[in-house]
Amino acid sequence: MSTTVLVIIGLGLGTYALKAAGPLLLGGRRLPERVERAAQLLPAALLASLVVVSTVAADRALLLDARLAGVIAAGVALRLRAPFIVVVAVAVAVTGGLRALGG
Amino acid sequence: MDDRTRRRRIHRQALSIALALAPLGIVFGVACVQAGLGLAEAIGFSAIVFTGSAQFAAVGVLGDGGGAVAAITAGLLLNIRSLAFGVLLAPSLTGRVATRALLAQLVIDESTAVATVQDEHRWRRYGFLAGGLAVFAVWNLTTVAGVLLASVDDGFITDLGLDAAVPAAFLALLWPRLVGRDGGDGRRIAIAGGLVAAVAVPFTPPGVPILLAGLGVLAARRGSTT
Repeated sequence: MSTTVLVIIGLGLGTYALKAAGPLLLGGRRLPERVERAAQLLPAALLASLVVVSTVAADRALLLDARLAGVIAAGVALRLRAPFIVVVAVAVAVTGGLRALGG
Repeated sequence: MDDRTRRRRIHRQALSIALALAPLGIVFGVACVQAGLGLAEAIGFSAIVFTGSAQFAAVGVLGDGGGAVAAITAGLLLNIRSLAFGVLLAPSLTGRVATRALLAQLVIDESTAVATVQDEHRWRRYGFLAGGLAVFAVWNLTTVAGVLLASVDDGFITDLGLDAAVPAAFLALLWPRLVGRDGGDGRRIAIAGGLVAAVAVPFTPPGVPILLAGLGVLAARRGSTT
C-alpha cells in the first residue's frame, strides 16, 4: 500500500473518530444545563476566530494584506443589509481590485 | 418566519458558504498535484478525510517527503476542533445510530457554522445537513477541477481576491450575533474569540487558534460565574 493511501485511510479514520465522538456517544441526550448555556456562547467565539484566522493568517504568521480590506468592505455591506452572496462578492471585488492596483 | 422562508434562508446560507469555499477546493487540487498525488488520491482526501485544514496539512507533509505517521499526526492535530464541534452539535443530531454515524462525516467548520446560527434543534439539524452536503459537493467538484487545472498557474485565486470569500462568508454568519437583541454579549464574545485566535496564530499550528478561542470563552465564563 502506498504511503498516500495509508495516510488517506489513517487520517480518514482518525478524523472520523473525532467528528463522530459527540454525535455517536452523546446522541440526542441533552448536555448538562451549565454546559448547554456555555455552548450557546461558543458559536460567536468560533465564528469570530474563523473570520480572524481566514483573514490574517498565513501559515503560522499574521499577514495583513488586501484580504483585510475585503473583509472590512464585507462588514460595511452587512451593515447595509446586503444579501449573503453580495457580501461575499464585495469582499472578493475589493480584495481583487486592491491587488490589481498593486496593494 | 414560516417554515418555507426559513428553509430558503438556510439554503442560501449553505450555498453561499459552499461557493465561497470553491477557490480553496481548487487550491487543494493543485496542491495535490504539486505533492505528486493523482486524481483518485485527491478525491480520496476530499471525500474521506473531508476536512480542509487536515487535508492541506497531510498533503503538505507528503509533498515534503514526510512519512505516513507524520502526515496523519499533522492532520489530526489540526482537527481536534472537530471533537468540540461534534459535542456542540450532538443535541441536534439525533436519530438512530446509523443515521448519526452518517451525519458525523459532515461535521466541519462550515456545517457547524450554518447549524449554530439557527435557533431550534430541528433547524440546526437542517442547517447542518444543508451546509454539510453543499460543501461536500462543491469541495469534491473543485478538488477535481484543481487537479485538472494544476498545469495552470493558481495565482489567479489571489489575483482575483477569491481568497477573501471564505472570511467574508464566516463574517456574514457571525453578523446576526453582533447586532441582535443581545448583540452586546455576542460582540464581547466575538471580540474575545477573535483576539485569542489572532494571538495564537504565530505560536500554534493551524486549526489550534480556533480551538483555543472556543476554550478561552468557556474558561472566561466559568471564571465569571464561580
